[in-house]
Amino acid sequence: MPFEGIGASVRRKEDARFLSGRGNYTDDINRPGQLHAFIRRSDRPHARINSIDTTAAAKAPGVVAVYTGADMAADNVGGLPCGWQIHNKDGSPMAEPPHPVIAVGKVRHVGDPVAVVIADTKQAAKDAAELIVIDYQDLPAAASLRDAVASGAALVHDDVPGNICYDWHIGDKAMIDAAFAGAAKVVKLDLTNNRLIPNAMEPRAAVGEFDGHSGDYTLYTTSQNPHVIRLLMGAFVLHIPENKLRVVAPDVGGGFGSKIYHYAEEAIVTWAAGKLRRPVKWTAERNESFMSDAHGRDHDSTAEMALDANGNFLALRISTLANMGGYLSTFAPCIPTYLYATLLAGVYKTPLIYCEVKAVFTNTVPVDAYRGAGRPEATFLLERLVDACAHDTGMDRVAIRRQNFIAADAFPYQTPVALQYDSGNYQATLDGCLKAADYAGFEGRRAAAAARGKLRGIGVSTYIEACGIAPSAVVGSLGARAGLYEVANIKVHPTGSVTVYTGTHSHGQGHETTLAQLVCEQLGVPIEQVDVVHGDTAKIPFGMGTYGSRSLAVGGTAMVKAMDKIIAKGKKIAAHLMEASVDDIEFKDNKFTVAGTDKVKSLTDISLAAYVPHNYPIDELEPGLDETAFYDPKNFTFPGGCHIAEVEIDRDTGIVEVVNFVAVDDVGRVINPMIVEGQVQGGVAQGIGQALLEHAVYDSSGQLLSGSMMDYTMPRADDLPNITVATETTLCTHNPLGVKGCGEVGAIGSPPAIINALVDALKAYGVRHIEMPATPQKLWSIIQGGAPRMAAE
Amino acid sequence: MYDFAYQKPSSLADAVKALSADPEAKALAGGMTLIPVLKQRLNKPTVVVDLAKLGLVGVSVSGNTVTISGMTTHGAVAGDAGLKGKIPSLTELASHIGDEAVRHRGTIGGSLANNDPAADYPAAALALGATIKTDRRSIKADDFFQGMFATALEQGELITAVEFPAPEKGAYEKFRNPASRYAIVGVYVAKTAGRVRVAVTGAGQNGVFRHTAMEQALSANFAPDAIAGIATPPDGMNSDIHASAEYRAHLVGVMAKRAVARAY
Ligand SMILES: Cc1cc2nc3c(=O)[nH]c(=O)nc-3n(C[C@H](O)[C@H](O)[C@H](O)COP(=O)(O)OP(=O)(O)OC[C@H]3O[C@@H](n4cnc5c(N)ncnc54)[C@H](O)[C@@H]3O)c2cc1C
Repeated sequence: MPFEGIGASVRRKEDARFLSGRGNYTDDINRPGQLHAFIRRSDRPHARINSIDTTAAAKAPGVVAVYTGADMAADNVGGLPCGWQIHNKDGSPMAEPPHPVIAVGKVRHVGDPVAVVIADTKQAAKDAAELIVIDYQDLPAAASLRDAVASGAALVHDDVPGNICYDWHIGDKAMIDAAFAGAAKVVKLDLTNNRLIPNAMEPRAAVGEFDGHSGDYTLYTTSQNPHVIRLLMGAFVLHIPENKLRVVAPDVGGGFGSKIYHYAEEAIVTWAAGKLRRPVKWTAERNESFMSDAHGRDHDSTAEMALDANGNFLALRISTLANMGGYLSTFAPCIPTYLYATLLAGVYKTPLIYCEVKAVFTNTVPVDAYRGAGRPEATFLLERLVDACAHDTGMDRVAIRRQNFIAADAFPYQTPVALQYDSGNYQATLDGCLKAADYAGFEGRRAAAAARGKLRGIGVSTYIEACGIAPSAVVGSLGARAGLYEVANIKVHPTGSVTVYTGTHSHGQGHETTLAQLVCEQLGVPIEQVDVVHGDTAKIPFGMGTYGSRSLAVGGTAMVKAMDKIIAKGKKIAAHLMEASVDDIEFKDNKFTVAGTDKVKSLTDISLAAYVPHNYPIDELEPGLDETAFYDPKNFTFPGGCHIAEVEIDRDTGIVEVVNFVAVDDVGRVINPMIVEGQVQGGVAQGIGQALLEHAVYDSSGQLLSGSMMDYTMPRADDLPNITVATETTLCTHNPLGVKGCGEVGAIGSPPAIINALVDALKAYGVRHIEMPATPQKLWSIIQGGAPRMAAE
Repeated sequence: MYDFAYQKPSSLADAVKALSADPEAKALAGGMTLIPVLKQRLNKPTVVVDLAKLGLVGVSVSGNTVTISGMTTHGAVAGDAGLKGKIPSLTELASHIGDEAVRHRGTIGGSLANNDPAADYPAAALALGATIKTDRRSIKADDFFQGMFATALEQGELITAVEFPAPEKGAYEKFRNPASRYAIVGVYVAKTAGRVRVAVTGAGQNGVFRHTAMEQALSANFAPDAIAGIATPPDGMNSDIHASAEYRAHLVGVMAKRAVARAY
């Protein structure tokens, strides 16, 4: 048997299905008698709805029903719930205005659902939707963070003063202010984290179905976490008990966070299927994705670092405005707080940190977690600020980092912002990256580029992130309204093949392979005899889904625990069959042996005995070989590393070429190196996208200007360099696999590496910071604005 | 899209008749512009007349003139060896339109008829002094483009071919829109015996235009330095989230100099 266990670059099992068009996505699912929903969305950023006249639409050919928010309210349908409650500085809870499934009274962003038409065909539904007459009274809009917090700003929610959802902080302000007052040097930077639109390749879709015989509902949906959707939609929105609601998330074509949340359309199709007693399907058109999928990032911050005379970081003080959009998406409130401010120590031993965050409602699409979620925002801020510290003090960018790193022997390390890092070695990832990027040889390449008329720069980012958000008790105390454990059910079948039922969900990450490799490793079963099943509440005991790089660290560990139970039970069966003491049974490479003898039984012998218990310790042991484990981690995991980018800028046009990119990450134990490399490369592509290309732009009235692929720049292959990926491992100390997570490191570490490189390339022009995306026009303006200051001057 | 009737005539005369009879009728070539417009419900034709069976495909070279039939795709133009021998800058331009899929559907006739202010072919037609042949007449490129999305074509008039005289040398330089990859600024420079024509696409509010100041300077001295001092005024330039009018005006100069330097 080829080696397929931990550390093998096994080809992805799922790819044959995906690459040959045999994937089964939500839009591929068609149910008998199915109707189609089309949603009439607001084209107004902010308006009062005086009236909605659906008469003509209801009479249009093929139309079965037209519903508005009033119809849902009449049916006692609840609003879309928020899964995390943040408390203000004064201890009071955040503002949590209602989030009706279909707008009631007011629309709050372009794309807000106003009515739904359900018809025999999508075309008929769409035709009829145009016949709905909506009398709007336009209201002034709060289109940006700055506009929304200005005095006299339009109120997105009439009863949320100043548009402030919450005003939260972490750290001891008085102590930190004192540290600043006594510091030798204070470095300050204002910066923005640009707003992004996730754009998974597969648009969102949902099919709702109601079984009139059993009274059961089924929702097929493009979700990263079907159990969470069942819980939220069942309990809070439609009031369907879990035993009557099945949620299936089949193949899902990318999520990046945007498919975590419970969306209006899921509730609409499920509710309408019940009312109409026919299945109802909705699939987003791409333009709907732009205006209804949760957006990411969108922070405005002021960051200050206090340093002593030797360049040691003394204290960090941050003030951030975070955009929530028009409503609170499912996990929105926790992103700029517990996934952002708690990461601000980064890889540095800064002893004092204070961060205050005001979350702000605006007349824009709701903002929530997007690949990295809070951690890219923290990393961008910190790694830009550290470069600014080097700039302002005249210290070397690498030296100032090294000097302030948490030492490799300082773990476990308690940061001043709640987290305790269990392991890491930041010098090692930095050294590995400097070497792979030939940092030492850079000045020669800069000079060679200059001779070609190009401005070349190099940028370093040393970062940390937190994955596998946990434990449940801790996140509960911080406002989470859910637990964050994971579940695995492992069935060893009578003839020895294995099915894994995991509560995590794979939507491109390759879990069907990686998780199967854990079974190869622990049970010694060949990978073709292992199937990983996910995404169906009727099959999986329970689960919290996939986000925050949690699947291996949390879900994989649940599998290990379930397999431990399989082995423990197997040993008892083996002891019986081989007439030995359980304590003498050993299990390795698919075989149970009696220590010191040549007696052996394969796992298949044992599973067969378990399901055909003729010769079996039936008085002490139940038949079957089927075990479930719930695993609630003790802590987050903390991947970290170093990214180095090298760029060249064309002076005449401002066009940037990323000429080299190296990522050396510590993701803990690597299960499948090929998949890790792919995950990091994909993340870096998104990070380069954020740094150079992507920008969700609203005009001052609240219209989305970058509302299609014609204006929103997704990174393409030819925008990217070859990305060199390497790992430098320290093991996670609190999960048995030693894994940390690799899904987000690429998107977290890379944006500041790119911007640091650009600032370096343009240092002769006196530039200290460049906002993302660093478009050619921005760079050209810098080159135009500042005459180059030559070193000799 | 809205419902419409569909016709696929096999003669030019039938196509012209169908399109002339009904002001709400639309010709369909590669569909790379028309189909997205229909899908977004921005247009509601009564009938769509597909030109695919008219046989208007192919490139022919005769003496110093190249004729490209109206339904020839960008991909076919980009890969035509005869054309490459005569006007290599034109095959190169075609090879950078959109992406592979777009180049295998989109046509030269569709592109010119549409006259998108950010399209590439209009710059080639204007700089090379092309003649647009229709079912009823020949139109000089100088008379054909009449502002953003506007052309000299009459109701029902179809482009059957485009005739390009080969220049001594030429080059097209394009600054791409990072998202759509149309031209933010595209400059085509063509040098023929005794004179130079410079056409600019993407930049102007009224679509493609000739840069007469540069033409004069380059006719006197065909070298990048000859236009180094010619500033393009930002008035009348497009401005959007990707590029301001000032930036576009600056890029016109950069692209023109590069085109002159690279002309071949
Ligand atoms: C993703 C994408 C990227 C693109 N990038 C670029 C780019 O970089 N540069 C660029 O220049 N273009 C670009 N295009 C546009 C592309 O070149 C189109 O193919 C072209 O604009 C229209 O040609 P078509 O054959 O597809 O015409 P269609 O879409 O079929 O028709 C366009 C219009 O022209 C009319 N028409 C078509 N043929 C004729 C004819 N023979 N006579 C009279 N009227 C006619 C039609 O009625 C219609 O109004 C892009 C398109 C897409 C979808």
